[in-house]
Amino acid sequence: MDRECSQLLPSVCAVLADSRQLVADDTFLEKFLDWFKTLTETESSLLLLQENPCLTELITCVLKLKDPSSSTLSFILRLTGIFAASESCFQYLQQRELLISLFGEVGPLSSALWEEASVRSGWVQGVHSMVQHQSALHFLCNCGAIDVIFTLQGDPSLFVASAANQLLVHMLTFSLQSFQTKLVNIKDCDWPVCAQKLIVHIEESLKSNSASRIKQSLKLLTSMFGCCHDLWTEVLWSQLSERIVYLLEEKPVHAWHSLVDLFLSMARSPVFSCPECSLWTSVTCALEHLNPAQVGRLAVGVLKLQECPQAVRIQALSVLLQPMDCVLKAASHPLEYPGLLNRSVNDSATVETLLSCRSSCASLLCQTLAHLEELQYLTYLPVDLPYIPLLQSVVTILQFCIGLATPASCLGNKISRILIGCFRVQRSALDILGALSHRESHSVFMGSVSDILLAYLKSPDTSPTVLKKSFQATLKWLVRLSEAPSSRDHWQQTEQFIRDLFLVLQKRLCSPYWEVRDSALEFLTLLVKHLREKDGFRQVLFSSEVPKLTEDLLEDPESYVRASAVTAMGQLSLLTQLISKMPGIENGNGKEKSIVAQLQEILSTDSEGFPRRAVISVFIDWLKEGHPDVLKDTEQFVSSVLQAVNSDLDWEVKAGGLELAEVFSAQTLGRLGLAACPYAAVSSSATRSTHLSESLQIFCRVKLFEFLFGALCDFDRPVAQKACDILITLKAELCEESSLREGTRAGLSTEAHGIAWLEETLRRWSSCAEPCPRGNADGAGSQDPNGVLLVLRTVDLEGLHGSLNRSSDHIEKSPQSLLQDILATVGTLEDNEADCY
Amino acid sequence: MGRQSTLPWGAAGESPASLLLKYCLSGHPTLPCNVLKFKSTTIMLDCGLDMTSTLNFLPLPLVQSPRLSKLPGWVLKDGNTFLDKELKECSGHVFVDSVPEFCLPETELLDLSTVDVILISNYHCMMALPYITEYTGFTGTVYATEPTVQIGRLLMEELVNFIERVPKAQSASLWKNKEVQRLLPAPLKDAVEVSTWRRCYTVPEVNAALSKIQLVGYSQKIELFGAVQVTPLSSGYALGSSNWIIQSHYEKVSYVSGSSLLTTHPQAMDQASLKNSDVLILTGLTQIPTANPDGMVGEFCSNLAMTVRNGGNVLVPCYPSGVIYDLLECLYQYIDSAGLSNVPFYFISPVANSSLEFSQIFAEWLCHNKQTKVYLPEPPFPHAELIQTNKLKHYPSIHGDFSNDFKQPCVVFTGHPSLRFGDVVHFMELWGKSSLNTVIFTEPDFSYLDALAPYQPLAMKCVYCPIDTRLNFIQVSKLLKEVQPLHVVCPEQYTQPPPTQSHRTDLMIDCQPPAMSYRRAEVLTLPFRRRYEKIEIMPELADSLVPLEIKPGISLATVSAVLHTKDNKHVLQPPPKPTQPPASKKRKRVSDDAPECKPLKPLLSGSIPMDQFVQTLEKHGFSDVKVEDTAKGHIVLLQEAETLIQIEEDSTHIICDNDETLRVKLRDLVLKFLQKF
Repeated sequence: MDRECSQLLPSVCAVLADSRQLVADDTFLEKFLDWFKTLTETESSLLLLQENPCLTELITCVLKLKDPSSSTLSFILRLTGIFAASESCFQYLQQRELLISLFGEVGPLSSALWEEASVRSGWVQGVHSMVQHQSALHFLCNCGAIDVIFTLQGDPSLFVASAANQLLVHMLTFSLQSFQTKLVNIKDCDWPVCAQKLIVHIEESLKSNSASRIKQSLKLLTSMFGCCHDLWTEVLWSQLSERIVYLLEEKPVHAWHSLVDLFLSMARSPVFSCPECSLWTSVTCALEHLNPAQVGRLAVGVLKLQECPQAVRIQALSVLLQPMDCVLKAASHPLEYPGLLNRSVNDSATVETLLSCRSSCASLLCQTLAHLEELQYLTYLPVDLPYIPLLQSVVTILQFCIGLATPASCLGNKISRILIGCFRVQRSALDILGALSHRESHSVFMGSVSDILLAYLKSPDTSPTVLKKSFQATLKWLVRLSEAPSSRDHWQQTEQFIRDLFLVLQKRLCSPYWEVRDSALEFLTLLVKHLREKDGFRQVLFSSEVPKLTEDLLEDPESYVRASAVTAMGQLSLLTQLISKMPGIENGNGKEKSIVAQLQEILSTDSEGFPRRAVISVFIDWLKEGHPDVLKDTEQFVSSVLQAVNSDLDWEVKAGGLELAEVFSAQTLGRLGLAACPYAAVSSSATRSTHLSESLQIFCRVKLFEFLFGALCDFDRPVAQKACDILITLKAELCEESSLREGTRAGLSTEAHGIAWLEETLRRWSSCAEPCPRGNADGAGSQDPNGVLLVLRTVDLEGLHGSLNRSSDHIEKSPQSLLQDILATVGTLEDNEADCY
Repeated sequence: MGRQSTLPWGAAGESPASLLLKYCLSGHPTLPCNVLKFKSTTIMLDCGLDMTSTLNFLPLPLVQSPRLSKLPGWVLKDGNTFLDKELKECSGHVFVDSVPEFCLPETELLDLSTVDVILISNYHCMMALPYITEYTGFTGTVYATEPTVQIGRLLMEELVNFIERVPKAQSASLWKNKEVQRLLPAPLKDAVEVSTWRRCYTVPEVNAALSKIQLVGYSQKIELFGAVQVTPLSSGYALGSSNWIIQSHYEKVSYVSGSSLLTTHPQAMDQASLKNSDVLILTGLTQIPTANPDGMVGEFCSNLAMTVRNGGNVLVPCYPSGVIYDLLECLYQYIDSAGLSNVPFYFISPVANSSLEFSQIFAEWLCHNKQTKVYLPEPPFPHAELIQTNKLKHYPSIHGDFSNDFKQPCVVFTGHPSLRFGDVVHFMELWGKSSLNTVIFTEPDFSYLDALAPYQPLAMKCVYCPIDTRLNFIQVSKLLKEVQPLHVVCPEQYTQPPPTQSHRTDLMIDCQPPAMSYRRAEVLTLPFRRRYEKIEIMPELADSLVPLEIKPGISLATVSAVLHTKDNKHVLQPPPKPTQPPASKKRKRVSDDAPECKPLKPLLSGSIPMDQFVQTLEKHGFSDVKVEDTAKGHIVLLQEAETLIQIEEDSTHIICDNDETLRVKLRDLVLKFLQKF
C-alpha cells in the first residue's frame, strides 16, 4: 500500500465505522474489497493489518455497533474473510476473538440483521475466502458453521443458496486435496472429519423425500465433479451411484434436470472416462428412463464426448432420432424410407404421447432439431448418422408445418393439426436443413429439398423470420452444390431451381414488408458473392428483373432496406464489370456508369446512418477488388469519398472512411514498390526516394492528411485511434532518414517552426477538408508535401497513440481516488443533510 | 299482430311449437338462407344469392366483341346442332349465350309467405331479398343495420346496372330441359335446379324489397310477437355486419354468419354475447381456409408492383365495397415505398362514388381506430387522401370522363368478380392479349379458373390472392371454446376436410358434441327441448297466496287461477267468482272464458316416520302392528283388523275390507304426520 493510501485509510475506516455516516453507493465498498483482494495477493496480509491498525479497529468498531447497516456488516464479513485467508492473519484475528464474533454463533448469525440476504451473503463469501488453510476448516467445524451452511443451501435468496453450495464444494475439495495420495489405495476411506460431515449430509439429502434437498445435493455434486477431477471423486461416486440410479427409476423423475446436469458434468471429467466406469451404467439408465424431452440435452452431450463407450453413444443417438423416426412414419411418402432406427430405445408410446399433445409436440421437435443441428457442426461425429432418412424426416416436418404432408396414421393427423403454421418448428427445421447441406447430395436436393425450399419461399404465409431461414438454408445448399466435385454434371438441373428461385426473389423484392425486402436483398448479395463464377447463374440473374428491382430499392423508404440494396448493388456492380470483361457477354446493365455516382449521392445525402455505412463498405470492397470505375480515376474517387466522409457525423462511417484511406495508401505505396513485403525486391535508394515523393504528392492531391489529421481530433476514440495508427504507418514509410535529410536541406526543420506554426497548419488543413465549391478545391486545399513531412515528424503520434489507448477513467481507477471518493461522498451527504434542514 | 289462445291449466306439454326446426334453403355455406321455426315464429336467417350460376354464361361485353360474337355454336357428338344458338364453345368449354341467371334459394321446402321476419347479417347475404319479398307473398319485416342496407342497395343497383345496360335479345331456355341437360358437357350437365334459375331483378323490385327493411343498431333488442327477442351483434366482417341472438326467456340460439376476428375496418366482433347459447348456427366461414389474409395482401402488393414496374396494367375484379377499402388503405401505405406514386389507380363502378363516400360516414360502425379519427380533422379511411391527391380516380363506367383521363400503366378496380358482366369484361378483352398485364383476383366467391374460362387463350398473367377475412377453423375452434354452446349446427361442408385436401383434418370444425350438419333442402330438428315457460301472476292473485315454508328457503303455495295466453305471453289471472245459480231454468252454459272451479282439496307433503306411526297406531288400540319394508317404502299390517296400509314415497293406500270407519280413522292417523297447504 502506498503512502498516500495509508494516510487516507484511517479517515475512510472512521467513516465506515460510523453508523451515522452512511455510504450511499455500495459500489465503493465493492471496489474497496477488490482493492484489498489485490493487495493481499501481493503483500503480506498480517503486515497490512499491523501497519494499518485502523483496519482491525474498523472490524472491532462495527462489531460493537448496536445497529450497524446491513451493507457495512456484509462488507466487514467479506473483508475479514479476505484477511483470514492467510493463516498468520487468521491466527492474528483469532487471538483478538474477531473471527468467532463475526462467524460464530454469537455474531451476526444471532442478530436481527441475519434476516437481510446481503448479510448472509457476506457471511458465506467471508467464509469462502477464509477457507484456504486447515485452521480455517477446523475453526468452522468447531464453531458450528457447517450446519449454518447446510441451512443456507435452501436459502430463499438464490444468490445466497448458490454461494452456500459453491462454498460446500470448495470446502469438500479443499479438505480432500491433501488426502488425495492416500485415497488411491483406500477404498473404505478414512476421510477427514469435515469431508465426512459433508458427505453424510449429501447422502442424507439424496435419501430424503424432499425434492428441494435432493436438487441441492445434485447441484453440489454437479459443481464438484465439474471443477474437481481428483481420484477421490471416483470413490465418492461409487458411494452415491446406487442412490442416484434409484432416483432415476422413480416415476415421475422429479430431479431430471439436475440429474442430466450431474451426468454431463461427470462425463466431462477424465476420472470417469474409462468404459468400465459405473457412470455409464447410470447414463444408460437415464437414457432409458427419462423421456426424450428430458434427456435430449444429455444425449447430445454424450455424443460430443471424446471418451465414451460406443454403446452409450449409439443409444444417445437413438434417443435423438426417435421423435424424427416417429414423424417420418406418421406421414405417407411416395417412396418408402427405411426409417431412422433399427430398434426403439425408449418406449415409443412415450414419444408418441409427447408428439400428439399440443403443449409438448412443438417443444420436443424444436429441441430435437436443435440438438441434431448441433451434431452437424461437430468436426468428428463418432457414430454413423442415417443422413438420408434424417433429411427426409426434416423435410417431412417442414411439409407438416405447411399442410403438405399426408398423414399416414392417427398420430400423423394429430401432428398435422399441431404443426400447421407453427413458426417455431419451421425455423428449427430450416436451420438443420441448411446444416445438412454439408453432406451434399445432388439427387436428394433435387428430390425433395428443392421442392420444400421453394414451397416455403413462395408461400405468402411464410413469416418474415421463417423466410429468412429459408433463404439461409437455400444459400447453404446452393453454395455446397456449386462447390461439389460432381457439380458440373448436375448444375444444369440446379439452374432450373435457380430460375424458379429468381421468380420468387423478384416478388419478394416487391413485398410490402420491409423485413422481407431486406432479407431478399441480403440473400441476393450472398448468392452473387458465392455463385458469381457460375455462367448459368449469371445468365439467370441478368435475364431477370432482379438487378433493376435492386437498383430501385436504393430509394426505399426504409433505411435498412436501402443499406441492403447498397450492399447488393455493390456485389452486382462488381459482377457486371466481371462479365463485361468476358468475351461474348454483354454488360447486363446499361446504367452501370451511374452506380458510383448514385452511391456517392447516398453517402453524402442519406439522412440515415445504415445506408451511408453500407456505401463506404461497398467502396472499400471496390477499391480492394479493383472495380473498373474506381480504377479509372482512383484519386478522384478517393478524394471525393474522403471529402464526404469528413463531414459525416456517424463514427462508423468515419471509421469506414479511414479503412478506405488505409487501403488506398497501402495500394499507392505498394504500387510504387514501397510495400512492406519482406520478399519484395529492394529498390535503389534513389528510386525509392522518387517513389516516396510521388506517393506523397498523390496523398496530398487526395487530401489524405487533412482527412487523417481531422479524424485524429475526432471526439470518438475509435476514430482517433484508427487515424493515429494509419498516420504512424505512413510516418514510418514516408519520414525515413533520407527524406528527413532532404527536408532539412530544403530548410524545413522542426526547430524553424514552432507550435504556433503547427497549430496554424492543422487549422488550415481542417478548414480545407470541409466541403468547398469544386473550383476552389485545388488552390486552398493543396498541401505542401514538405510541410506534411514536417507535421508528421513534429506531432508526437506515438505519445498520442499511448494516451488514446488508455481508457478515459484510468486516472479515476486508482485506489487513492477511490478512498478520496468515499470521503467526498460522505461530505456531500452531510451537505445535503444540512440543506434539508 | 296478435295471436291469442287460452290453454287449460297443466296443458303445457310438448307441442310442435316447442320444437326448434331449421329449414336450409341454400347449399352455399357463405351465402346462407335458413329458416328457423321457433316458438310459433318463422324467422328467415339471411337470403344469400348464389351467383356462381353465372359462370355458365358468356360474358356481357360493353362494346361489341368480335371474339365473343364469332364463337362457334356447340354441336352434339352426333352432329345435332339444335343447341348451337344457345350454347357456344370457347377453348373446350361450353357457355350459355344468354342473359346471366342466378340460382335462387329453395322455394318449395316451405311456404315463404309464412315467414314472419328476415334477419340480415351482412350486405353480401341479402342479394336474394327481392326474390323473396316480391315473389313469394311475403308480408313480414326485414331487419338489418343501416350500413348493410345502404351498401346492400349499392351492390344490388350495381348488379342491375351491369346487366340492364347490356340488353341481350336472346334468351336461352332449351338447354334447361332435363333431357337436354343430360346431354351437355360438365359443368352444365351437373348444374342444380336450372329450371329455377332466374334473371336479375329490377330497380323497382330492389326499392320495394328495401322498403320492407327496418333498421336496427347493434345490441338493440327487438321483440317478435312476445315470443322471442332478436338482437344483432357486431360480427367484425364488414360495415354493419351482424350476428344475431334469437332468444326466449329460457332458450338462446346464436346465429353466426360472416364474422371476422381480424383488425380490419369494421367494428370488432362481439364474442361475449354469444356465450351460453343452447344452439349456435355457424355459417359464413372463410372460403379459402388455407390463405391467410395478411399473406395474400402482401402477395397482392408484390404482384401489383412487379407488373406496374414492368410497364404492365393491373386489373382487380372486385365488389364496390368491402375488401376494396382495406386494399386501398394498404396501397396508400405501399405505393410510395414501392415507387408507384405516379401510377394512376382507377375505381370504376356505377356506385363507386357512393361507396367511397358512404364508407366515410358510418363512423359508429367502424373499428376503434377509425372511430377515433372522426374526432380529428381527417377522414377515417385514407382513400379520401388518395382521391384528393388524384392518385385514385373513380368513374361510374368506362364511358365518359374515364376515356379522356385513362393513362397506362395503371391499376383498375372494377366489377364484377365473376367476369361475366360489368366494366371488367371490357378490360379483360382489352388487356388479355399482353403478358405484361396482370389480373389479380382478390374476391373469393368465384373460382378464378372458371371465371377466366371464356377468355382463353389468355396471355395476361393471372394471380389468385383471395382475401377472405372471415373466421378460419383455428379461430372457430377458439371461439367455440370461449362461448361454449351446447350444440353447434353448420353446413355439411364444414364437417369434413375440403375435397381437394382430404388430408387436412385441421380444416374442419372439431367440437364436442360433434356439430350437426345440414345441406340444401334439408329440414333439421335442432337438439333441444323447451322445458320452461315464464308465467306472470297478476298482483291481486299474488296477494292472495299464502306461502308455507317447507324447507328453509323454499316456500310453497297452491294457486287456483286461469292461465291466459296472448302474444306468447302467459299470465295467471284470479279465477272468476263462483257463478250464481241461474235464475232461469235455462240450461247452465259453460263459460268460454274460464273453466268451472271446484273447491280444491288441500295438498299434502312430508314423510311418515314409521316408528312414531306404529306407536300412534298402538296408542289407538292396534296391538298387532307389523311393518314390512318394500322396495318403494313400507307395508303396515294390522293383522287383527285384516287391514293393510301401503306407504310409498308419493302415495299411501289403505286397504281394508269395506270398513269405511276404520279407513277414515286410519286416514286421519296418517294425515296427522303430513303437512297440508
